[in-house]
Amino acid sequence: MDFYSAALLQGLGYAAMGLGIYISLRIFNIPDITTDGSFTLGGVITAVLITSGLANGLVFTVAVTGGALAGLATGLIHMRLKVNPLLAGILVMTALYSVNLSIMGRSNLPLMNTPTIFDSLAFTSDPLINKWIIFLAITLLICGMLTWLLKTDYGIVMRATGNNEQMVRAAGSNTGTMKLAGLALANALTAMSGYLLVQYQGFADINMGIGIVISGLAAVMIGEALGHLFKTHKILYHVLLVVGGCILFRLILAFTLSLGLNPNYLKLVTALIVLFVLMVTRFKTSVR
Amino acid sequence: MIELQSIHKSFHRGEAAEVRALNNINLQFKKGEFVIVLGANGSGKSTLLNVLSGTTLPDEGKITIDSTDITMLPEFRRSKWISRVFQNPLAGTVSELTILENFRLAAIRAHPKKLILGSTGRFRSLVRDKIAGLNLGLENKVEALMGTLSGGQRQALTLLMAVMDDAALLLLDEPAAALDPKTSVTIMQLAEKIIREHQLTAILVTHNLKDAAMYGSRIVLMSEGSITKDVLKNETSHPDAVSLFEWF
Repeated sequence: MDFYSAALLQGLGYAAMGLGIYISLRIFNIPDITTDGSFTLGGVITAVLITSGLANGLVFTVAVTGGALAGLATGLIHMRLKVNPLLAGILVMTALYSVNLSIMGRSNLPLMNTPTIFDSLAFTSDPLINKWIIFLAITLLICGMLTWLLKTDYGIVMRATGNNEQMVRAAGSNTGTMKLAGLALANALTAMSGYLLVQYQGFADINMGIGIVISGLAAVMIGEALGHLFKTHKILYHVLLVVGGCILFRLILAFTLSLGLNPNYLKLVTALIVLFVLMVTRFKTSVR
Repeated sequence: MIELQSIHKSFHRGEAAEVRALNNINLQFKKGEFVIVLGANGSGKSTLLNVLSGTTLPDEGKITIDSTDITMLPEFRRSKWISRVFQNPLAGTVSELTILENFRLAAIRAHPKKLILGSTGRFRSLVRDKIAGLNLGLENKVEALMGTLSGGQRQALTLLMAVMDDAALLLLDEPAAALDPKTSVTIMQLAEKIIREHQLTAILVTHNLKDAAMYGSRIVLMSEGSITKDVLKNETSHPDAVSLFEWF
């Protein structure tokens, strides 16, 4: 049971990253894979600053800003230098590997006995329940804020940008600036996941971001498949379904591991799950 | 008043295949004028529309709106003055947003896009009333996705959206050309009604002679990048489709 409880908590931890992918891929229609790098960046900044004794609120701010800057870099390379967004993402992600390594100074940094957000925000004496409360509260807060943002006038322009750029320009908005803002937001959310998971697992690792973009993609796809089922276009539901997708994905992984699968095959299984979800959603859309 | 002074625009400049799309265009549009720009394919009428909207920047010349120089302003900055309806009936709206959200987008065209919830109950009933005037039965579907509507319905809504915010100039790029004959007539009549009711300065680009004869207060005929005729319509001069065909 602990095993599945951990998977659920991890799912909540990855929710911000899943929502980041939702923003870049679904709202802006940009396949952004800076994610692997910005997730690790958020984690690495968190580990280094927490062990140096900085206040957690400040750690959060720096980690999220780091992610936003990474997204901005990808956006600027894509727009100013006219590089394909996928390639721009790969470039930044690759560069971030060195950046992350030099920030951390080593490939792995344990948090040891330094207090994390789970220690400084103690709602109950039971550490596991406390983790649940914090993860749930943060996830709901992000979902609420994101839904609100996407429903504002600015958010409507964001959503229109991924769908009909010509119309957005004719309606008086700079689509370039919009896309930069979107990529910054997406990667800030991703870095936030890194911030949370490093504190949850108690260490940062230079390889913690490998393949993370795929799991985010899977979460968005699962969420969408469920959205088709419920036939809804309400933003709040979409956002919640992405979170549901993150949790479901972790549960599926936990389940396959519990069958006795060699952990070396974890990424292979991840890829196969994503492929399966892709096929199912393709099949569904072609039937419709 | 909108003024174009000595506008030149060439494509493939300096190459053998150079095309002089606009050759020394001088035009003035008075407030409230409904101008039909008529011309064959390749006459430069679309380029004229594009230099006005900012999709294309001219090589030479000056464009002013109420004496503000907009010649080099990017497209999204001119939208403050210019409202547009495209030829593609799907281009003027966003499929994945609801009808209401599309109207919200149009209602803030000339305004800053703020972090506020603008689709209030008051806004919703305003939109519903406007849509009800179309008699298409769409007023109860404001929460439906735009993508679920037909091209004709979307173009009708695009026309309404064009006047949701102040506009010094309305540009219509053959808004009915991609629609079936019946819908096409409905759309043109709606455009005419909206222009009249809002006393808009409007430019309609078309190669449809019937529309050119039927609508507008002035006809500008273009050929090979130049203006070959510029006629005010009134009781004494009201060219019909046949005489327009002879001008061509």
